[in-house]
Formats: sequence, structure tokens, C-alpha cells
Amino acid sequence: MASPVQIRVTINGTLHTHEVEPRLLLVHYLREVCGLTGTHVGCETSLCGACTVLVDGKAVKSCTMFAVQADGCALTTIEGLAVNGDLHPVQEGFWERHALQCGYCTPGMVMTAVQLLADRKRPTREEIAHALRGNLCRCTGYTHIIDAVEHAAARR
Amino acid sequence: MFAAPFDYARPKTLDEALSLLSKHGDEARLLAGGHSLIPAMKLRLAQPRLVVDIGRLDGLRQIEARDGRLAIGAMVTHAEIAASRTLADLCPLLVEVASAIGDLQVRNKGTIGGSLVHADPAGDWPAAILALDAEIEIAGPQGRRTVTAGAFFTGILETAVKPGEILCEIRVTAAAASAYVKTEQKASGFALCGVAAVVDATARRVRVGITGVAPVPYRAAAVERALEGQALAEGSLAAAAGQAAAGVTPLADIHASADYRAHLARVNTARALQRAASR
Repeated sequence: MASPVQIRVTINGTLHTHEVEPRLLLVHYLREVCGLTGTHVGCETSLCGACTVLVDGKAVKSCTMFAVQADGCALTTIEGLAVNGDLHPVQEGFWERHALQCGYCTPGMVMTAVQLLADRKRPTREEIAHALRGNLCRCTGYTHIIDAVEHAAARR
Repeated sequence: MFAAPFDYARPKTLDEALSLLSKHGDEARLLAGGHSLIPAMKLRLAQPRLVVDIGRLDGLRQIEARDGRLAIGAMVTHAEIAASRTLADLCPLLVEVASAIGDLQVRNKGTIGGSLVHADPAGDWPAAILALDAEIEIAGPQGRRTVTAGAFFTGILETAVKPGEILCEIRVTAAAASAYVKTEQKASGFALCGVAAVVDATARRVRVGITGVAPVPYRAAAVERALEGQALAEGSLAAAAGQAAAGVTPLADIHASADYRAHLARVNTARALQRAASR
């Protein structure tokens, strides 16, 4: 039987220390061990992007990473974006531009867009679409999502 | 989807990683970015008893440029290559290949070394590695050895890296006149046909690497021969590209027929040669 491993992970600014089974996926660690259920499990095959979180500032699909790989890293999840109840500009963009319907893909979309806007101040619509390629939405047709990211970029 | 249980080790040095592989043999697997291994483990196609995580090994994470030669550590991510100003100037082919892989999240985790060792016949890196005639450095229990790109890919998902060895570094001669043109399978992003071209106008020579078309990525030898010593004008590049699938039995699947893949090889070769020659 596999030995548990102790990990130390900073999530949304708070240090968490847990013993985990090595095969525990990061997304299940976040949801079931840390209780952060804002990160969604979608396809579980690294295609849909619903489980996207930031690991040391980079968007990754948390269904294709073991929690043990995040040991020593700083993570940001959707719960960590708003400050004192004020929405992050990307969240505000999704709100203002009606960029969601069922909302299932939204946390992943938002986290990927956060990395995009950290890398590029004013991305073009094409650059936004390219950056969001790994996030699937089955409701909106994407147009409003691109609008939302543009809105966020302009508001900063 | 849960992987079968395994033990996890994160060695701090390459030697430590090599000794873990020696000790555990077939029961151990190396983990880099995890974007080939973890999906295989979730499907239980791979069930290692020990996972040796080398993704953060410092000695394997540098991009170095010296005297026209480039050395890329095996654990450099696709995203790091895509964002490298040095590589954009010295060898745009590498940046174009890295940018064409998967999506942002995949590029943030996936590594050039992990991708090469996995050797998916529709992976993007093999085309570039062949066209740049790369040297691939491999560490093993008996020390280091170097394999040329032409001898690296030995079969579907098979390479010259032997059990117990670790791919450490990829070395190429910088090629400013180089380009990558890819037609992707829309859902997965993998290459139906990816063509990497390197043009040396002074020596009147080209090298062309093609991935996604045959079971093993290949150099388009007939194209290269046709252009040897020729002035590399647009017309001659296009004519030579007509032989991009000569002597090859293309793959056929639900995504593309053999004829279509051969067609893409010819069209993408012409485009890649022209773009490389214009640089």
C-alpha cells in the first residue's frame, strides 16, 4: 500500500498542511480535503478546463496534477479572487457582460483569464480566444466570455 | 478517475533520480509535467508502484544560448519556450512549435523532455527535433551519452531512451530561417500533420521534419535531396514539397484518411519552407 506524504500548500494566502495519498488529484484535494468546492470537476481528462487553478501564478488543470506535486507551491482558486467582497475585475467582467449561463465552466474560465491578464495588459479578442482554448463552455458560444475578459482588461 | 496506488518520490538531484530508477526497475516511472503519464495512470494503462517526480529538478530547467548553439533542459515547459525572447530571435521554429501545443494550461505543465520521451506519433516536438538535427543527451547509471535526432524515435511511443535512463537536455544549432506549420485535430490539438522546416540559404540546403503523418516522425528525405544545391526560389520549394510523403505509408483513422494526411504533408511542407526561407 502506498505511503501517505505530507504536503504544505499555500492556498489563497493560507498555509495548509495535510497528509495525502500520492494518487490524490489536486482537484479532489482542493474540494474534498480543503473544502474549496468552487473549483469544478468537469471531464477529468484535461480537456475541459473547469478545474483550472493557478499554481505559482500559472493556470493548470488540477485534474491532471497530483496534490503531492503542489507541495511547497502557492495556489489561487476562484475563492481567492474577491477581496473583502469586492469582485476581481475578471469576475466583474463576467457579471457585467453576462458571460455565463449554467456557470459550470465559469471558475476555470475566470482563472485562465486571470493568468492571461497578468501576462498581457490589453489582449486582442483573438489573443483572448487563444488563451481560453483549453476551457470549454457548452452554453454561451464564447462571445460574451471574450467580452467579459475585454471588459476586465479595460477596467484595470 | 483514480490512479492505482503508488509511492511518490521527489529526488533533489539527477543522481538520486537515477539510483531510484536502478533500484526499482520496471516498477518506477518518471513524472515530468504529467500530461502524458497522469492521463495514462487514470485509465490504468500505466500502474507504476513508484512515481519519481523530476519535474522540478533544477539542473534540467535552463535554456542556454552560446555561440549559436542552444541547450534546452528536459524539464523546460512548452510555455517557457513559447515565451522565450532568446529563442524567438535565434530559432523561431522552437517558439512556433511550443505555441502550437495543446492549450495554455497544458503548455504551463508539459515539458519538452517529457513530450519527446512519450513519443506520441502526433506530438509536435519530433518535427522540430528532426529538422534541427538535434542532439539529445541522456543520463544513465553508466554516465551520459548523446543520441542524434535521427536515431531517437524508434517506434510508436518508443525512443532510444532505455529503462533506467533520463533524457536531460536537447541541443540544437540556432536556425533563424526556420518555421513550423501544423494542421491540428480540432478537439485534441494534436497534429494531423506538423511540418518543421529549416532553410540554410548559404549552403543551399533544407531540412524538413514531419510529425502526425507516419507511425514514426520522419525527415522528408526526398524533399531535402530535391533542393540540395538549388537556389531556394519559391517555385522550387513548392515543387520539392510535392515529395513530402514519398515512400511513406501514412496513418489513417477517424480524424483523417491516409490520402488526406499525405496531402497535408505536401501543403504544409510548401508553406513551412516558404515561411522559413522568408526569415
